Amino acid sequence: MAEVLVYVDHVDGAVRKPTLELLTLARRVGEPVAVALGAGAADTAATLAEHGAVKVLTADAPEFADYLVVPKVDALQAAYEAVSPAAVLVPSSAEGKEIAARLAVRIKSGIITDAVDLEAGDEGPVATQSVFAAAFTTKSRITRGTPVITVKPNSAPVEAAPAAGAVEALSVSFSEQATGTKVTSRTPRESTGRPELTEAAIVVSGGRGVNGAENFAVIEALADSLGAAVGASRAAVDAGWYPHSNQVGQTGKSVSPQLYIASGISGAIQHRAGMQTSKTIVAINKDAEAPIFDLVDYGVVGDLFEVVPQLTEEVKSRKG
Amino acid sequence: MSLRIVVCVKYVPDATGDRHFAEDLTVDRDDVDGLLSELDEYAVEQALQIKEAADDDAEITVLTVGPEDAKDALRKALSMGADKAVHVEDDDLHGTDVMGTSLVLAKAIEKTGYDLVIAGMASTDGTMGVLPAILAERLGVPQVTLLSEVSVEDGTVKGRRDGDSASEQLEASLPAVVSVTDQSGEARYPSFKGIMAAKKKPVESLDLDDLDIEAEEVGLEGAWTKVDSATERPARTAGTIVKDEGEGGKQLAEFLAGQKFI
Ligand SMILES: Cc1cc2nc3c(=O)[nH]c(=O)nc-3n(C[C@H](O)[C@H](O)[C@H](O)COP(=O)(O)OP(=O)(O)OC[C@H]3O[C@@H](n4cnc5c(N)ncnc54)[C@H](O)[C@@H]3O)c2cc1C
Ligand SMILES: Nc1ncnc2c1ncn2[C@@H]1O[C@H](COP(=O)(O)O)[C@@H](O)[C@H]1O
Repeated sequence: MAEVLVYVDHVDGAVRKPTLELLTLARRVGEPVAVALGAGAADTAATLAEHGAVKVLTADAPEFADYLVVPKVDALQAAYEAVSPAAVLVPSSAEGKEIAARLAVRIKSGIITDAVDLEAGDEGPVATQSVFAAAFTTKSRITRGTPVITVKPNSAPVEAAPAAGAVEALSVSFSEQATGTKVTSRTPRESTGRPELTEAAIVVSGGRGVNGAENFAVIEALADSLGAAVGASRAAVDAGWYPHSNQVGQTGKSVSPQLYIASGISGAIQHRAGMQTSKTIVAINKDAEAPIFDLVDYGVVGDLFEVVPQLTEEVKSRKG
Repeated sequence: MSLRIVVCVKYVPDATGDRHFAEDLTVDRDDVDGLLSELDEYAVEQALQIKEAADDDAEITVLTVGPEDAKDALRKALSMGADKAVHVEDDDLHGTDVMGTSLVLAKAIEKTGYDLVIAGMASTDGTMGVLPAILAERLGVPQVTLLSEVSVEDGTVKGRRDGDSASEQLEASLPAVVSVTDQSGEARYPSFKGIMAAKKKPVESLDLDDLDIEAEEVGLEGAWTKVDSATERPARTAGTIVKDEGEGGKQLAEFLAGQKFI
């Protein structure tokens, strides 16, 4: 069976969930060969093997952390040349998309970004995308070269599928461009202890209706009762009430959880673009005419400061 | 030495309009009003600020690849304060994908001459967000993308990139390709004076011949990807909406329990 390259997103060897989802999709089109780069790359092997990687190609060098994007493109290209895969799959993070796009130019292949599903087809993998703020679903293929496809988080289940996962060192020679953009400092984001926004099964978001940074405690309390991630509309972020890294929407994160709870959010098209594919949508808004109510499975017209705390209490008491 | 800045701006269908596909599965541009992509206004704004910081010793060219109407986007950028514009327009460009568009932009940028290219973080219709990285690859210059803060001094561009897991400070020598996010600072409104001045600013038109690009390299036929189908997402089935009369939170909990979320 043809091999499929899977680019591994990991933090010091801890594989992030979207990569495991990619392995599920990769197995539909071929045998997954994982590519893990940077500090802790080899530590990813056990997890990747459990989820279907037949091989894990690893490389570590200071360049991966010290310079932006290009060293990783060089490495992925080296893997591509070593394996001659049937497709290359990359998680749809901002960096993942840039890596994939530059690789596609180099290997003269077409690229599809932000797929939400992938199936094998007669003429190569068929990718499903959700476009125009999720108003349309398209199915596309790559017609030239080796398909390079980036896939959004929460697009497939994580499945156990034990495979060999043999670790092999990948030899990479860096291009002249590799050291073009220096990373002069890096400040890791502080962990909140809550699930990652794009990976969470439940997201609880607050908007302008939350009316103040201190009031976000109400949203956080509900999130914590449900084990959820916290999101925010751009209005709430622009007002400085919540960090931009938690923004949901066109210019923030795109989420697709099992349950999305919007409080004090009107439901502007740019916000919908980032949450419309959520399985179940719930909203609390005091304006019965708010467009968010067009999307909901369940909506409560009311003051979020009454409804949300009551809901939180109820969740806590039901969970015991 | 004057700093030559090229800003890539896209003319897009209004996101608040009813966007859909044409029969050939390209974006239908006829039924929805077009405008300068809001996310590219941030790129124009940062170009203007860089020029101001360089005591005006810079020249800003705005560049678009798009249909006749795309001139509106150029006009808007000129009225914000850009100096001149380049419009690449050719019937053979209809249906071009990101690989073709980036080829055309790269050739046009080289022809114009540049020290710094500034793009938006993503187009509001295609939303791929990969074009700036591809441009850097094609031009063979550093990529300094997704910046929330940017400055240029002594031939060096610096900026802050807020990534998924960390915030990074980046630095590269010019020439370089930059893209800026909507966190980089509110874009200015064109002044009346700016709007009047824009009418007299030069707009150069280029076609594929001018850029030595063959028709087969672009357009729907030259695309490296193919959309096989586009279906409208079925409207979500109308949900239950209740008015809070003191029990709203409890009713919601009941619904969530029914769905096995609690
Ligand atoms: C290029 C571009 C990109 C954008 N990207 C994004 C993006 O990524 N994400 C995003 O979210 N937006 C984005 N926007 C902005 C978007 O257009 C809206 O302005 C924004 O989503 C509005 O946020 P909101 O719903 O919180 O605020 P509003 O629209 O002001 O809505 C607030 C809602 O809260 C309700 N409310 C007020 N008080 C209470 C209360 N006590 N209890 C219950 N309800 C209450 C009100 O009835 C109202 O419906 C973008 C815009 C542009 C132009
Ligand atoms: N046709 C175009 N003409 C000029 N600039 C473009 C065009 N398409 C994309 N861009 C630029 O590339 C950025 C990212 O676009 P995209 O990768 O399509 O999301 C945009 O914000 C623009 O700055």
